[in-house]
Amino acid sequence: MEFNNTQAIYLQIADYVCDRVQLRQWLPDAKVPSVRDLAVTLEVNPNTVMRSYEHLQQQGVIYTRRGMGYFVSEDAVKKIAALRREQFLQEELPQFFRKMYLLGFELDELKTRYEKYKQQHAKSIH
Amino acid sequence: MISLQDLTFSYRKGHLVLNNLQLHFEPGRIYGLLGKNGAGKSSLLYNICGLLYPQAGQCQVMGFNPAKRQPAFLRQVYLLPEAFHLPDVDIDQYVRLYAPFYPGFDSAAFDRHLDVFEVPRRQQLHALSHGQQKKVLISFALATTARILIMDEPTNGLDIPSKRQFRKVIAGCLREDQCMIISTHQVKDLDSLIDEVLILENGRIILKEPVTRITEKLSFRQVLSLEETEAPLYSEGALKGYAIVAVNRREEHSRLDMEMFFNAVMVEKEKILPLFTR
Repeated sequence: MEFNNTQAIYLQIADYVCDRVQLRQWLPDAKVPSVRDLAVTLEVNPNTVMRSYEHLQQQGVIYTRRGMGYFVSEDAVKKIAALRREQFLQEELPQFFRKMYLLGFELDELKTRYEKYKQQHAKSIH
Repeated sequence: MISLQDLTFSYRKGHLVLNNLQLHFEPGRIYGLLGKNGAGKSSLLYNICGLLYPQAGQCQVMGFNPAKRQPAFLRQVYLLPEAFHLPDVDIDQYVRLYAPFYPGFDSAAFDRHLDVFEVPRRQQLHALSHGQQKKVLISFALATTARILIMDEPTNGLDIPSKRQFRKVIAGCLREDQCMIISTHQVKDLDSLIDEVLILENGRIILKEPVTRITEKLSFRQVLSLEETEAPLYSEGALKGYAIVAVNRREEHSRLDMEMFFNAVMVEKEKILPLFTR
């Protein structure tokens, strides 16, 4: 995994875990890799992975079973989707709006493009 | 786990190399010791493991006074020096000679580390390149399972893939009862491993902070022009705009750029260090 230079590593690791869950690579109630294993895979300090797991536990994405490690929550996919929607609204949308504003776009101008994008995307999935 | 009180050290009179240091190190953490050449990094590390003795003050390591060099202390300490000279024996003989000094030596781990580093097992040490020899020593150091593991510039002389391997090996080794101190100039190789940063300058520790606290106080980001943010504490021209260090006012969770942080502290001490006074 390549880390980017801007976001704290523990958050990037949390994102990595969320990706695995959203892509159904890690299923509900399955064990997530141990702190040490993930630290080795990602070449980071195990304490950093621990911080990511604690963060994800707080968000309800994973839970701990005493002495057995961490597991994917039953409703993790739903929770991640909600978290990411919120994150999009809070962080990415303002930047998008800023660019729109700077370039003088109105929402109406983008609407048809977005509809077209959705159509294309639907086609490529089916 | 390690406690220095008023520790002072000099090689000759009138020039203090370590000046009245107060320092504590906890187990389960990796400390990154940064400082310019001649700042006193190696002298500090040597005081901790009993190779040099303080002129004044106390140095306590796991309850021992390192200067007494008691076997019970020495078997729990390993120093990987920056420059080393290995005897002309093969790897097995080396282990047979030196592993008995460390009762916790884990031969299986030693083999695993050599494997990760892709060092051929049956080799005369003198037939190996300097970098390969260093990998043998790093593998040995970690296999001792010593509770105090001190590494002076461990990635010096390693090629690019071995630096990744080094991070992997370290990430898999750190135990809760173990304290690692790594002194380095190559911060880019190691910054994802370090829990806590120490900066040594002119024989004094001018900063000792966990990475989490540094990024709580400071934000590291890229901007297109310096006008679009409030005046940063420090900036470096980057390919696209500027890389800046600024006061973290909006509770951002940015990634610590350790190299830039070090440069920023060197240039803007008066602005940055007060943010960390408690």
